[in-house]
Amino acid sequence: MASIPSELKLTPGMKLRRTTRVSPWTLGSVLLALLALLPVGAVLFFAVGSSDDVWNHLVRTALPDYLSNTLWLMLGVGLSVFLTGVSTAWLVTMCRFPGRRVFEWLLLLPLAIPAYVIAYAYTDFLEYAGPVQGLLRAVFGWHSARDYFFPEIRSLGGAIIFMGLVLYPYVYLLARSAFLEQSVNVLEVSRVLGRGPWRTFSTVSLPAARPAIAVGVSLALMETLNDYGTVDFFAVYTMTAGLVDVWLGMGSLAGGAQIATTMLVFVVALISLERISRRHQKVYQHSSSRFRPLPAYRLKGSHAGLAVVVCALPVVAGFVIPVLVLGRLAVVYFEDSWTPAFQTYVLNSLVLSASAALLALAVALFIAYSRRLHGGRLLALTTRVAALGYAVPGAVLAVGILVPFATFDNALDAFLRETVGISSGLLLSGTVAAVLFAYVVRFLAVALGQVESSLEKISPSVDMAARTLGYRAGQTLVRYHLPLVRGAMLTAVMIVFVDCMKELPATLLLRPFNFETLATHVYQFASDEMLGEAALGSLTIVAVGLIPVLLLSRMISRSRPGLAEPTG
Amino acid sequence: MQVTPARHSGAPSKAPRPLLEVRNISCNYELERAVFDLSLTVNRGEQVCLLGPSGCGKTTVLRAIAGFHPLLTGGIFINDQQVSAVGAMVPPEARRVGMVFQDHALFPHLSVRQNIASGLRQLSAHEQKTAVGDMLDRMGLSRHAEKYPHELSGGQQQRVALARALAPKPLLLLMDEPFSNLDQELREHMGQEVSDMLKESDITCVMVTHDQNDAFALGDQVGVMADGAIIQWDTPYNLYHQPRTHFVADFIGNGIFLPGTVSGTSRVVTSLGDLDSNADLELAADTLVEVLIRPDDVVHDPDGPIQATVRRRAFKGAEIMYTLRTAEDITLLALFPSHANFEIGDDVSARLAVDHLVVFQKEAEIT
Repeated sequence: MASIPSELKLTPGMKLRRTTRVSPWTLGSVLLALLALLPVGAVLFFAVGSSDDVWNHLVRTALPDYLSNTLWLMLGVGLSVFLTGVSTAWLVTMCRFPGRRVFEWLLLLPLAIPAYVIAYAYTDFLEYAGPVQGLLRAVFGWHSARDYFFPEIRSLGGAIIFMGLVLYPYVYLLARSAFLEQSVNVLEVSRVLGRGPWRTFSTVSLPAARPAIAVGVSLALMETLNDYGTVDFFAVYTMTAGLVDVWLGMGSLAGGAQIATTMLVFVVALISLERISRRHQKVYQHSSSRFRPLPAYRLKGSHAGLAVVVCALPVVAGFVIPVLVLGRLAVVYFEDSWTPAFQTYVLNSLVLSASAALLALAVALFIAYSRRLHGGRLLALTTRVAALGYAVPGAVLAVGILVPFATFDNALDAFLRETVGISSGLLLSGTVAAVLFAYVVRFLAVALGQVESSLEKISPSVDMAARTLGYRAGQTLVRYHLPLVRGAMLTAVMIVFVDCMKELPATLLLRPFNFETLATHVYQFASDEMLGEAALGSLTIVAVGLIPVLLLSRMISRSRPGLAEPTG
Repeated sequence: MQVTPARHSGAPSKAPRPLLEVRNISCNYELERAVFDLSLTVNRGEQVCLLGPSGCGKTTVLRAIAGFHPLLTGGIFINDQQVSAVGAMVPPEARRVGMVFQDHALFPHLSVRQNIASGLRQLSAHEQKTAVGDMLDRMGLSRHAEKYPHELSGGQQQRVALARALAPKPLLLLMDEPFSNLDQELREHMGQEVSDMLKESDITCVMVTHDQNDAFALGDQVGVMADGAIIQWDTPYNLYHQPRTHFVADFIGNGIFLPGTVSGTSRVVTSLGDLDSNADLELAADTLVEVLIRPDDVVHDPDGPIQATVRRRAFKGAEIMYTLRTAEDITLLALFPSHANFEIGDDVSARLAVDHLVVFQKEAEIT
């Protein structure tokens, strides 16, 4: 102990430092948030600033179609996810029937399948040459398509059905937890007052779960708006499909930006719906009786059978069939699919997604910790703005990234040519940097949410203890916070990684020439009607997508001990 | 009317060398003024306590001393060096203050030994080992060195927190409600233990608490705070027996305020009889006043002049606290020895035994 400096000696670092200076943490966070906002800003700026008359042409010709297709698609998908999500959630939380506990997590599985993958699988399954129509012809002795009616799969209706099948888990998840968190007492009172199960559901459970359901629907609709693979394959000209068509087909980036601006109106509407609903959600859900077993309706006989069918249908249609179809194709076409090129695509996807996930984690940690350090309204706003990308469709992001990146590249190139006489070529646009940037902007919200909620659980006095023990703010983060939020960091990296693997529109529009990821490879082959060759890639994406879904279902099965015991 | 203790002075027995000086500081808390022009001085080796209800600004003062809170006015000096000024601060990690928290704030992923070693990284591995070993011995934690915080009891966690804060030999120890997470019995025990240890090691300490027992157990001097200012800075004894404001009298200990009128220089006429003070009241005759009557000022006396009925009783072991209603319809609190055992509704005789009157002018009630 003698070697410890005596208390009379002054610490060399004991120097007054000005506090009026803006902290580097705050400054860095604001800059990062502005960077995340750049694509949206660029879209607006470019759309307003360009004097292209593509827009007038579009308004007269295609735009009304884009709008109505988008609206019908969103309406259809909204209705479909609402019905599927709410009915299954209510059955597995409030009723008892054989297989209920298995369905509780089985119902999440379709979440692992991107919409474009299920579209490819069903097209192969249901088209003229596919097994279903083949079987029908064999059974009924029909010879050609003229002999019988079969609905066209590659249509708006088909897009609605298949998107609904993979997007309903958003509603299911949120509705399920809303039902679980409803006060048991309220439900019991309703029963005591003589309302039957159905009336209790429609007059008590459903209205109370409304905000959560609305959040789920708005998230599903954000995905619907984002989708490009399905609508392109089915030739349903939605806003996204139109944007890509105008940009790549007509070669008008300005027209694309103007469509993107129109799409931002949808984005604002969906974000508002989500935010307002989340606010209401807090009012309705309390955790007072969290672990009390819920009263359950025991279903018997035909009722139980019906419940099993209702729960099994989305799982079979949304997961089992597409996986079997893809699995069969993957086996049949394995020789053609498993090529060195394919392995390169897998590697590209892995490296790109992992880099984006780590980058998103680093940005999320920086912003979340700045907010913890300094608090205040500015940083609260900063956090919000930085997270906005989750609602912006990938195609819109792509326009918003390409415009400023290309401007920068051209300006730099021109400058270097004039001064030094060399060409810098494309530094940002048309490189993986643009794809990475899009991934981080779009999926930062996931990482930020995970890191923030985990950091919140650490008492602020831990920070103060570390600081008074001689650690600077950054050292405190590394030594004492990171070990404590390890779990959340892992979850964040994993979810962002998987989201990046599945992402199609931004990757497709921003990737360098001749650079393929799994998603774009699958898209390319499917576009060329080579569904068999696309199957292995599709199946790989599904397999990766299963990781977070399985994790989620494990969390679910552990979250409510009260449910473990069946109650009368 | 009372002995006025020298404002913000230290204990006279020690060399009056200030270690901490807080000069006229003001702070905001969440955009509202939380501390107003507050000053205090703590001498080397002295333990002081800021006592006040929640929201009085005491924790903000502590955070300002630690370097977590900027100043709007004034300055803070540790060891004659300015550490906080308006618009400038020495960051907390360079101040050499130790801090102990209500929730202990132990690092959950580190063992007891690693927790205590947290502040010693500028030492060599060998020196660290010796220093941590010493601390473990001193706190009686040697058997628990390899355990993790969640494996310890509340009292043990408290000791680890203290050991961790003291290991780097801080110039100043700050404690924020250190005992509020402990149960009553452990709390008194820990208060005594910590007080002895700080005294033994001659550690300068500032503690904030809302609990007067904690404050009295640890503080040589106690500052009673309300609305961001120190109302009275005094020894625990004086705070109890010579509160200078109605607020302090009310906040510290029990008691009632008996209305009366000043007569002469040192007498107050009340409905329970005339009370004489051993000191000049320094108030004009006929001033309407209130006299503080502590429960121990009311003495059980079968021949006493006060006739009262027992309204409530609270058994405290050696003593019983009675709430009495006198024939004059005045409510008194009385602390009688346990053998003076009465039931509710019983008639009791008593007298007032006050020789030093604590008197407040009637309008002072507003505070």
